[in-house]
Amino acid sequence: MIREADDTLTIFERSKPGRRAFSPPELDVPERPLDELLSPELRRAEAPRLPEVSEPEIVRHYNRLSKRNFDLDTGFYPLGSCTMKHNPKLHERIAALPGHARLHPLQDPHQAQGALELMWRLQEALGEIAGLPHVSLQPSAGSQGELAGVLLTRAYQEDRGERRTKVLTPDTAHGTNPATVTMGGYEVVKVRSDTEGNVDLDDLRAKADEDVACLMLTNPSTLGLFETGIEEIERIVHGVGATLYYDGANLNAIMGICRPGDMGFDIVHFNLHKSFTQPHGGGGPGAGPIAVSERIEPYLPRPQVVRREASTNGAEPFYELDHDRPKSIGRLRGFQGNYGVFVRSYAYICSLGAPGLREASETAVLNANYLLARLRREGVMEYVPVAYERLCMHEFVLSGEPMRRELHIKTLDLAKRLLDHGVHPPTVYFPLIVEEALMVEPTETETKETLDRFAEVVAEILKEAREDPEVARHAPYTTPARRLDEAGAARRPIVRQAM
Amino acid sequence: MTRYTSVTDADRSEMLATIGVSSIEELFADIPAGVRLSRPLSLGQGSSEQEVFEEFRALAARNTSAEDEVSFLGGGMYDHYVPALVDSIILRSEFLTPYTPYQPEISQGGLQAMFEYQTAISELTGLPVSNASVYEGPSAVAAAGYVAKHTNRRKRFVVSRGVHPHARECLRTMAGAWDMEVVEAPLNQGTTELPELTDDVSAVIVQQPNFLGAVEDLETIAKAAHEAGGLAVAACDPLPLALLKTPGESGIDVAVGEGQSLGNRLDFGGPSFGFFAATEALMRRMPGRIAGETKDVDGKRGFVLTLQTREQHIRREKATSNICTAQALNALAGVIYLSWLGRRGVVELVELMLQRTAYARERLTALDGVFGLHDRPVVREFALELDAPVQRVIARCREHGVNPGYPLGRDYPEHENGLLVAITERRTRADIDRLVDALSAAVAAEKPVVGVTR
Repeated sequence: MIREADDTLTIFERSKPGRRAFSPPELDVPERPLDELLSPELRRAEAPRLPEVSEPEIVRHYNRLSKRNFDLDTGFYPLGSCTMKHNPKLHERIAALPGHARLHPLQDPHQAQGALELMWRLQEALGEIAGLPHVSLQPSAGSQGELAGVLLTRAYQEDRGERRTKVLTPDTAHGTNPATVTMGGYEVVKVRSDTEGNVDLDDLRAKADEDVACLMLTNPSTLGLFETGIEEIERIVHGVGATLYYDGANLNAIMGICRPGDMGFDIVHFNLHKSFTQPHGGGGPGAGPIAVSERIEPYLPRPQVVRREASTNGAEPFYELDHDRPKSIGRLRGFQGNYGVFVRSYAYICSLGAPGLREASETAVLNANYLLARLRREGVMEYVPVAYERLCMHEFVLSGEPMRRELHIKTLDLAKRLLDHGVHPPTVYFPLIVEEALMVEPTETETKETLDRFAEVVAEILKEAREDPEVARHAPYTTPARRLDEAGAARRPIVRQAM
Repeated sequence: MTRYTSVTDADRSEMLATIGVSSIEELFADIPAGVRLSRPLSLGQGSSEQEVFEEFRALAARNTSAEDEVSFLGGGMYDHYVPALVDSIILRSEFLTPYTPYQPEISQGGLQAMFEYQTAISELTGLPVSNASVYEGPSAVAAAGYVAKHTNRRKRFVVSRGVHPHARECLRTMAGAWDMEVVEAPLNQGTTELPELTDDVSAVIVQQPNFLGAVEDLETIAKAAHEAGGLAVAACDPLPLALLKTPGESGIDVAVGEGQSLGNRLDFGGPSFGFFAATEALMRRMPGRIAGETKDVDGKRGFVLTLQTREQHIRREKATSNICTAQALNALAGVIYLSWLGRRGVVELVELMLQRTAYARERLTALDGVFGLHDRPVVREFALELDAPVQRVIARCREHGVNPGYPLGRDYPEHENGLLVAITERRTRADIDRLVDALSAAVAAEKPVVGVTR
């Protein structure tokens, strides 16, 4: 293959005056002087310096960039807490149907019955999976679902004349939880984990008081462990009048097996880009619908998709957007949410049905436990022991601390060396309570052979480190870029192309 | 076995044996019996790919899309032509299926595309720093409010009534949680009339062009905001920025907006992307991912996520925002689209819309019973006031395959029979003439007869 002299040239650096990819449609109305329509003082001094490139150059540029990306369709991606499961190809085809893709968000509901019915059916399905009766699809991602949860808690409690000030989050929580709490106007209080990796119930009891508005909990936790004390947690939290919030990042472990609603959670968010196959797109789009209990329902975001039964026999029900919700927390975003994501996720639910979703969760848990067992069999546990000796759910957390001490390579080095083996590393340095953490989530869509190979690769890297730790410490070698100077980038930020 | 899993019965037995358990059930032993679901989910039994395709095609067929009628709907999202190359690139697995680029060595493509996107947004807005995207337009306005709150700790937002109603509502949703007040600045003849600004104003927020299509004087607004010691925020429609004085040139501190019109589908409202650009001074307070240029150990140019100490995964409760997953793929579509238009094309496209919009506005306001809601300069959207019940007029136009626009009554009760009309480059002169005929006939038919009570 002929290599470009510099494959990091930006599209702006490829620009050459006079080239173009766009030919404008014909001006078919009488032309009026520009100054008459938009006087010079309203106009910008010069045109935006967008690139001047032809179509073949654009295509070649972005194809070239694409080859500098690793992706899920190419290889194993056991990124903990991110649920990198296969994204069915059917979903892109149906989302692109013009009836979905070219439907205007302000279309009259009479002309959008297919879309509204789809949304209503997805609401019903998610409510059934969560075990909670009411769903809002509006939040744009998990973090916005969390924000909705905190705002719903506030609205519910203020309606009862209560003004609470604190929200509890376990020390294993995703960073979005505490960030959301602050954004929602509350103070974060951290709850410790016990020696088994569960929420420390004594610490929870000590901190749960009448000022606590809510406990935000991920279950299974970010350690990949089911909170065995969930029933007691529920009693403690509801005992002080707080709400129980379920962070759905790890829902992929329990679909059809148990439900947050049945555990006593009041509010749940889903990550449709995790358990429900919306492709991650290199950092979005996603969607973060929420399901809530009866008592939280009046406060759900506006508008809500509702189904009105037909007044006459035999007529079709009518789906509409209900804006008349006086107790609603209001809007979190424009229009009706990420509809294109709803199409894909609802297609997934239709494809799998109840047995398929349960099987997905069972296989996700099987794959994780198998991979853990295979790593044990490879003899790597001496250096990267599992953080908590229990059966895991859909993911598990290893600690690279003994490896750092004895083999002189850090978790970061192991991660970087994995890149040379064509594997995306697990999530690293999270959760924070595990030293040198590696969080591994294989998902249900991987084969046994892939899992076997991963275990062997980890063993190989550790063996190599025993012989020469320098190899891993300078990895990767075969990737489009080698280790990058992140500190330098933050010290002197260059965040756009200079011109 | 589902068609998306790959574990055979034989695999399963072998895997269970390796784990040292005898059944799948044992793997779930940590889940207390009291919270187990004792029945299957009530969700159906699953369907073949072909059956799912047919079902979703049938649902799509029950929608009237911009494919099925001559639509003049706008109001924040617009039916622009999306070139074929956008789809062909963003459907590539390497862009469609990776996660957020936490491992830069194998994510150079996505990171460089973010860097290019940031450059394009910076050029459009005239502001030096853009992040790599936020969720969408209206929530971006609330996100700008959060930056203002942290910057000056003041108590009040002044938001123009010309800002998208959904964006104003998003701001109110959040202001409640922050114990902040939202004051609305009225519109006068179509543009914002600022009240006296007191020293408790955190930010003044306007939209360019505003919801009724009118071009605002950002410079005067920015000056007033700064004199009161607050920030000036503009929610911008990105395409008109190719012609209009930029937020940067006008002294605006934060420019945000809805990016759908840049190479993204309508998708009934999402996913699209929001953009967020600001002055250098606000760079470290910005929400979301930012890609930065650096070098690798061999001295080769490369790109990373930078200034991450702002973000939730590092800073937790002290983060500048809780945003994690944003809209990377949609932003990628945005920069591909802007590269396709190019420096000259983007101006030609917006000038074409400006001319057609002027033509449509002139012809429509010449009709009996149709009036301009204001006469301010506009780019690709304008507001009308009808001397007839707008919903009935719309229904009549529809009989002729024309969707004349968005009725303003719900959001602007003071314009009960207002109609917002958007003219993208997909609406030809022939389409506009068809709108003129349909609206003319509909208003004539629905117009109250003088002296007769209906």
